[in-house]
Amino acid sequence: MPPVPPLRRRPVRLMADTVAPRSSSRVLAALRGVVLPLLALLTAFVVGAFIIVLTDFELLGMWGSDPLAAIGASWSAVASTYGALLGGSIGDPGQLLGALFSLDWEGVRRALGPLSETIISATPLIFTGLSVALAFRVGLFNIGAEGQLYLGSLFAVIAGFAFVGLPWFIHLPIAIAAGFLGGALWGFIPGLLKARTGAHEVIVTIMLNFVAYNLINWALKTDLVQREGRSDPISKIVEPSAVIPPLLSGLRAHWGIVLALLAALAVWWLLFRSTKGFEFRAVGFNPRAARYAGMSISWSTVLSMVTAGGLAGLAGAAVILGGSGTLSPGFSPGYGFDGIVVALVGATKPAGVVAAAFLFGALRAGATPMQAATGTPIDIVVVIQALVIMFMAAPALVRAIYRIRAEQRVGAEGFAKGWGS
Amino acid sequence: MKLELRGITKRFPGVVANEGVSLVVQPGEIHALLGENGAGKTTLMNVLYGLYQPDEGEIFIDDLPVQFSGPGDAIAAGIGMVHQHFMLVPVFTVTENVMLGVETTLPPFGRLDRPAARRRVVEISERHGLRIDPDAVVDDLPVGVRQRVEIVKTLYRWSDVLILDEPTAVLTPQETDELFEIMHSLEETGTAIVFITHKLNEVLEVADRITVLRRGKVVGTTTPAETSREELAAMMVGRNVQLTVDRPLAKPGDSVLEVRDLVVRDERGHAAVDHLDLTVRAGEILAIAGVQGNGQSELVEAITGLTEPDAGDIRLSGKALAENPREVYRAGVAHVPEDRMEDGLISEFTVADNLVLNSYWRAPFASGMRLDGDAIVENADSLVTEFDIRTPSIFNSVGNLSGGNQQKVIAAREFSRPISLIVAAQPTRGLDVGSIEYIHRRIVAKRDEGAAVLIVSSELDEVVALGDRIAVMFQGRIVDTLTPEEATFERLGLLMGGAHPEDGVQVAAGAAGAAPAPAAGETDG
Repeated sequence: MPPVPPLRRRPVRLMADTVAPRSSSRVLAALRGVVLPLLALLTAFVVGAFIIVLTDFELLGMWGSDPLAAIGASWSAVASTYGALLGGSIGDPGQLLGALFSLDWEGVRRALGPLSETIISATPLIFTGLSVALAFRVGLFNIGAEGQLYLGSLFAVIAGFAFVGLPWFIHLPIAIAAGFLGGALWGFIPGLLKARTGAHEVIVTIMLNFVAYNLINWALKTDLVQREGRSDPISKIVEPSAVIPPLLSGLRAHWGIVLALLAALAVWWLLFRSTKGFEFRAVGFNPRAARYAGMSISWSTVLSMVTAGGLAGLAGAAVILGGSGTLSPGFSPGYGFDGIVVALVGATKPAGVVAAAFLFGALRAGATPMQAATGTPIDIVVVIQALVIMFMAAPALVRAIYRIRAEQRVGAEGFAKGWGS
Repeated sequence: MKLELRGITKRFPGVVANEGVSLVVQPGEIHALLGENGAGKTTLMNVLYGLYQPDEGEIFIDDLPVQFSGPGDAIAAGIGMVHQHFMLVPVFTVTENVMLGVETTLPPFGRLDRPAARRRVVEISERHGLRIDPDAVVDDLPVGVRQRVEIVKTLYRWSDVLILDEPTAVLTPQETDELFEIMHSLEETGTAIVFITHKLNEVLEVADRITVLRRGKVVGTTTPAETSREELAAMMVGRNVQLTVDRPLAKPGDSVLEVRDLVVRDERGHAAVDHLDLTVRAGEILAIAGVQGNGQSELVEAITGLTEPDAGDIRLSGKALAENPREVYRAGVAHVPEDRMEDGLISEFTVADNLVLNSYWRAPFASGMRLDGDAIVENADSLVTEFDIRTPSIFNSVGNLSGGNQQKVIAAREFSRPISLIVAAQPTRGLDVGSIEYIHRRIVAKRDEGAAVLIVSSELDEVVALGDRIAVMFQGRIVDTLTPEEATFERLGLLMGGAHPEDGVQVAAGAAGAAPAPAAGETDG
């Protein structure tokens, strides 16, 4: 046997067959949790900048004639695009402060406008993100948040116009609860089917989305729901007593965001501080061990899908009761599907979901002003959104780019199954 | 081919996995590498197999230094490894699995040359008595045969050094014997074998030389003739270990568990437990021996409420036992499940959470729907101390602990409350000597406190060490119950193989061949 010559050193993911001691404290771990998403965001915007430059044919032409001017022009194009995006989603703090000091309430309102738009977009995303995240913790992939949202909006709008003459503090909670109920019903069906027959929730929830969408279309044409004197599918308008009030009069952002934040808090408590959440997570990680420990997998499945559906239903209720006050087909630009992404980007943690929802809300709110101010096509925002998702959902990619070592533990877990000890 | 490791040191952040390890493996030698879990055996072999680069030290093949930057280099140098968890494609045939990665093709379109590969598989398996059907689909094969496929894979790649990582962990006693025969056959043709294990009997039975590792260092190298079980155990653990459980005679009291005419059918309607009767009294240990897959798992699942029996009666102190794990728990039954990681623990959960996995819903850990974090932490702190669970913190994931400590977590959870019956399936599977000793002592302590104990084990050592009565289960029935004095290994082995209690020795041969088959589904699922 000839000696084997030393070959090129190949990177091998290392692990100890004993547990590597955790050198880092909890603080470090938390920092790590923030660093990766921030880097993902940065990377997405850097790549997005190149796309902005490359899709501008005027700029591209300039590279041939005057490269120096082209660099300058590219820089200003990128800066103004991102500036407009930021201005459209957060606004100008200077303007806000100035208006505050001069007690110009109209000015304050105008300065808060962009932020209000971000909140408007983020509110339903928090609900649907929580819906998907909660189910995910129980090992269920809830693709049906969109359908649950539609059912919730239908229930909410009916409750909103059906009762007349109630005071708002009774009527509004009823309408919101109706929204929860509608979504919960739409979550209960796949939950029960999964628990009883093992029908896969992914297929059932996808199909129920279609059912929900078309059920709404039908319902909107019935006498019960359709607005008098209209032939198109549109609902009656909810009573003023069932409208979610704005945070500040004159702003579009409404108290729905507070409800959403409370929902996030409630989901956190449910998952991490309650006996049900203990069961949910146990079933999600290892159903066999959960059963062995005396937990009911069927019950956890049904209960979590009902809760997840209800959360998505609240998204529908918040959009309808806090917005137009009326239901029409296709009012959701895909909040339910974006909720899947929000949940994953937020690492299925309630706080993460809130942060991710705000990020996506900001991107969405800033898109239109960006297009108006700079002429950068709105598609670019969608591209950046996709890039953000891509980099966030694939932390390995970001780690590879910035050469951040993976946590030892991850490697050990992955490898331990293969090699044993 | 002579293989030598000289002064191998491998460090991981905060841990020295191997420190100055030197080892010589001669051609035609079975060299056992003995050590507790975490002693650095696997790390050392991963260095040898090119998966890790050593920080210090060198590898020599036939006295020439070599460097491996990946398994490819190691394989090219003639080193073959059979991992504890098999690397086979279940839907492929044996031949396809063996040729995978080193396919030979036929012109003109690169068609796989299956016939040639098949011929070599047949030739290799005949030369070493491996008895493999080259056309069988791997999915259909029992675990023992799959392991042989792995061995053929290495031989197909012209390996001169074969590393077997804990090869017997997944095997029945019969399959283990067959493996040892194969190892001897390979040895005769000049193959060097590195046999990684922590089982003392096996080492003494099969090895030519034994190297003991402890905490990453070589403690010593010896031969079976020069050493004993006791000495090896002491070398492994670093102190004297009691291999036989020291225990007073049982004082059986009233009957606690009564199983009458129990029938449990598997998915195919086959009676896995077939009209079985048994009684366990307070203060005694009934050990059930048997080759895996003879209905033991189904029996345990029926008693612990995980499976609904198809017929029969299970009573605990005269009362019918509910068919629901939580009710069984409340009735005072402790269950140590067969598969720690699959059934007993949630590896992603913390040690603290796993310690309340079946009691989280009641006081003091919960009031209404609210979990009391303080009570859970307090409980964990006291149990970790009481049961000597070695973990950096109670907030560490249980999946990061060693097998012995994981089993201690289960023992702590199950034994730390008032119980009248313990049902323990394979309670020490895959554990090292020190942990086995510990778990056995705990079980005996519970017996002496008056608990009835039912142990199911495929380890004869364990059955004989613990059982006050020893029942042998075969094809869903208890074929005989022996006293410890009557229970010689030979007699147990015969009964486990299906011999009738009154039969003589001659039944053994036929039974041994038939027995391993049902074990396949068992270790798989």
